[in-house]
Amino acid sequence: MLSLLLILLSALFFPGIIAKVKAKIGGRKMPSVFQPLFDVVRLFKKGAIYSPVTSFIFRIAPVVYFASVLVALLFIPLGGQKGILSFNGDFVFFAYLLAIGKFMLIISAMDTGSGFEGMGANREALYSMLVEPAFFILMGSLALFTGIVSFNNLYSVMHISTNLSYITGVAAIYVLMYIAMVENSRLPVDDPKTHLELTMVHEVMILDNSGFDLALMHIASGLKFAIYGTLISNFIIYTTWSIYVQIISFFLVQSLFAAVVGILESFRARNKMEKNPQWMLMLTAIAVVTFLTTLIITQKIFLN
Amino acid sequence: MDTIFFIAAIILTFAVFVVPKQFQYFWSLLLQVSIVIISSFWAIQSLFLSSDTLIRAFMPFMGSTLFIEIDKLSAFFILVVNFTVLTGIIYAKGYLRPYFITKNKAEMALHFFSFLWLQISMLLVLMFRDALAFLIAWELMALSSFFLVIFESEKKDTIKIGIQYLIQMHIGLVFIMSAFIWAYVQTGAAFSFDGLNIYFASHNPFGLFFLFFVGFGIKAGFIPLHSWLPHAHPAAPSHVSGVMSGVMIKMGIYGILRVLTYIHHDLFYIGLLILTISLISGVLGVILAIVQHDVKKLLAYHSIENIGIIGIGIGLGVIGLAVNIPAMTVLGFAGAILHILNHSLFKSLLFYTAGSVYQQTHTRNIELLGGLIKKMPKTALFFLLGALAICGLPPFNGFISEFLIYSGIFKSLQPGDLFTDVILLISFTGLAIIGGLAIFCFTKVFSIIFLGSPRSNKTEHATEVENTMITPNFLIGFMIIAVGFFPALFMGPLANVVGLFSNDAASIQQMIPVLNNISISSGIFIALIGVIWILRAWQQKKQTVKHDATWGCAYTGANPALHQYTATSFADNIVQLVNPVVNVKKEFNGFDEKEVFPEERAFKTHSSDTIEDNLIIKPTGKILAWLKEIAVFQTGKIQHYLLYALVFLIGIFLLTLLNWI
Repeated sequence: MLSLLLILLSALFFPGIIAKVKAKIGGRKMPSVFQPLFDVVRLFKKGAIYSPVTSFIFRIAPVVYFASVLVALLFIPLGGQKGILSFNGDFVFFAYLLAIGKFMLIISAMDTGSGFEGMGANREALYSMLVEPAFFILMGSLALFTGIVSFNNLYSVMHISTNLSYITGVAAIYVLMYIAMVENSRLPVDDPKTHLELTMVHEVMILDNSGFDLALMHIASGLKFAIYGTLISNFIIYTTWSIYVQIISFFLVQSLFAAVVGILESFRARNKMEKNPQWMLMLTAIAVVTFLTTLIITQKIFLN
Repeated sequence: MDTIFFIAAIILTFAVFVVPKQFQYFWSLLLQVSIVIISSFWAIQSLFLSSDTLIRAFMPFMGSTLFIEIDKLSAFFILVVNFTVLTGIIYAKGYLRPYFITKNKAEMALHFFSFLWLQISMLLVLMFRDALAFLIAWELMALSSFFLVIFESEKKDTIKIGIQYLIQMHIGLVFIMSAFIWAYVQTGAAFSFDGLNIYFASHNPFGLFFLFFVGFGIKAGFIPLHSWLPHAHPAAPSHVSGVMSGVMIKMGIYGILRVLTYIHHDLFYIGLLILTISLISGVLGVILAIVQHDVKKLLAYHSIENIGIIGIGIGLGVIGLAVNIPAMTVLGFAGAILHILNHSLFKSLLFYTAGSVYQQTHTRNIELLGGLIKKMPKTALFFLLGALAICGLPPFNGFISEFLIYSGIFKSLQPGDLFTDVILLISFTGLAIIGGLAIFCFTKVFSIIFLGSPRSNKTEHATEVENTMITPNFLIGFMIIAVGFFPALFMGPLANVVGLFSNDAASIQQMIPVLNNISISSGIFIALIGVIWILRAWQQKKQTVKHDATWGCAYTGANPALHQYTATSFADNIVQLVNPVVNVKKEFNGFDEKEVFPEERAFKTHSSDTIEDNLIIKPTGKILAWLKEIAVFQTGKIQHYLLYALVFLIGIFLLTLLNWI
């Protein structure tokens, strides 16, 4: 329960930190950390506009998407705190749950009958397909390393085993960070600040959403960042530390992750659209290397 | 006693030719239901109640008594067949209504007769152990499905497709028959499945298994043996496609599983063969599905993909036996067998709903459809249910079977050795890719058919289909949700079936707490959707909700029918990645520099199946060309033919003279 609260808390200011860092680097006046939160609150106070082309799907999709992210959140442990839901193979459920949210999001974009939104839907479908193997291979490596197939004990077992786990840990952090960027439609795959419909991915999918629905999407995006941030910080936070140290280091790691995202977005250009698949295959390749490294660590490959 | 009823029902099928046209349907329904009741009674008895194989004397055959034997494996398949066939016949009532006007009595009678016999032959395939009887039933299955495929014989291509189907089925039959004969000749034991036991006990099983695998694989539709599927399914009426894709192709899987029950050693390479072919089938099947515009062809390729997933489960199970990792064996087989049930559910649902769309719009080309969710809301929702289930998304049934396979894989990673781990790595990566591609494909097909604006006037007169065509969807939908939300209930019977392959089948029970957790998580998910939906309704009640046109970048002159994404454009970015497999060719004349006022342009794309091209079309084309060259001898002049006879006689004479023959 504590883990859930902490993750929710970190999700509140995550987008704010990114915005702040980007503003600082860009030489602009920094907005409040809570500005994205205020935006969401304002959206909740607004009505909505629906296209007559859209159907029931368009209305239910944001709800399903949001619910899927929220349930996915329940699986995430934090340091010594277990996730609320946990069973063997829960990361498979986690990945497929996020997928059903994405499925609904994609068809809701297609529901508007707009060429632009079709474009976004189509790209989102491709990118989420391409990034899926990387996640599974990564989790596979960890399962191979620890023999545990659930988020909960995976980390603790990893920390108490050999120091070689750092190698796997570093690679895992790298891959997870970029998976987070793809899942949240951030640079270098997608630029949330772009102003041209033709070059958008996620933004163009939600062009027609407004009011409550749009607010749900924004919150879900923040939550997703927090989820992946927590997955990353679990590699760093040792379950043996005292609970206060764990909490403090969790917030530190989350803020650092947000800052890194902000810095990356300030200095990096977006990939060319047609280079994106290659870039994502590279992520998968790194994940495969992680797997092979783990094979070496577990002494299934003998090096003479 | 029950056998007599069963035989009587089989004999009474012939009466469908004499009953008046308006009663044909009810007659077949009556017989179908009776057969379903009797055989399900047997199956339930065998699967749930007793631990022994159920044996009944069936009829005298070749001088001895032919028995029907129903063990757990047969029983499971019988139940799956019966359920799908039953939904099929209910659906057929509405679907065949227009055909009752255009087709005459004999044609309709033949159709119902074949449909009944498809069911009977599938049941007999599952019940017979005698090789000859099995082969006869297998042949009857091919014939009855052939007559079902060519139902719309007035269409130009249908007969051609039917013949192609029949030929491929017989190639499969030859392989199975040779395998049986080979085992029989080698051992001299009984000409039956049980005779294989003796062969496999004393020989290396790979060669014989390979023969069986090719024979059964053609029926199942493994790539590269799949080329009949994408043609036969679209040509057949939808209730037939549903049954063929839902259960008939599973008879191939049944055959493979049945043969596997007799093999107890040297399993590693057999498992590797199944796994490799299945991974190829899974990935290529879904990639080929993505580029299709014909919705039933698309679904046919998805059958190949799902056969691939089933095969991945079986392959891992067999490898697990070979390397002695029980979790891999049990969960691999359990996932595969559950996926057989699951695929029969969602695939028949998808075919029925696609058939309803076809009936209302008279086209299977999805590029001409759009916006149907407003006109056919129930059909649309059931299609969506099927789509979510086939993509393996929770909380529906497809997820459960894939989850079992994933669990088997991840649990085996640590105990496995290097080679096993690499196999596992490729397997779960393959599964993840298949899952992602399936989502890509079904978001495409669902949104192009049912969402957005209509893309042509084909959808103008579409209305929701009649209730008899919706009823089977409710039945199937119920099952999909039952498996998805309460998977633990199905583990008992599943363990019974898996017990045929592994001694550790009881360890499936260990999955029950996990599956209960999945049920809870799914429940939370649905409850959250409900809560947020209510919050949303409450919020919107206080606010103004307006309706206005879709955002078009401030351009209001767009034609809603044309200025939206099409199936081709949706598939385009994936086609760029996988073009060697799907062979998409674009036909477009570029603009000339001097062309000041461009003329009207046409843009065409078409795709083809590379494997079918290279394996079937090119070789047969070459043979045909060669045969045409030989045709120079066919001059049509009697003098030439006499000369050939003379040359032949002289040749024979010379050969005998030289003692060569």
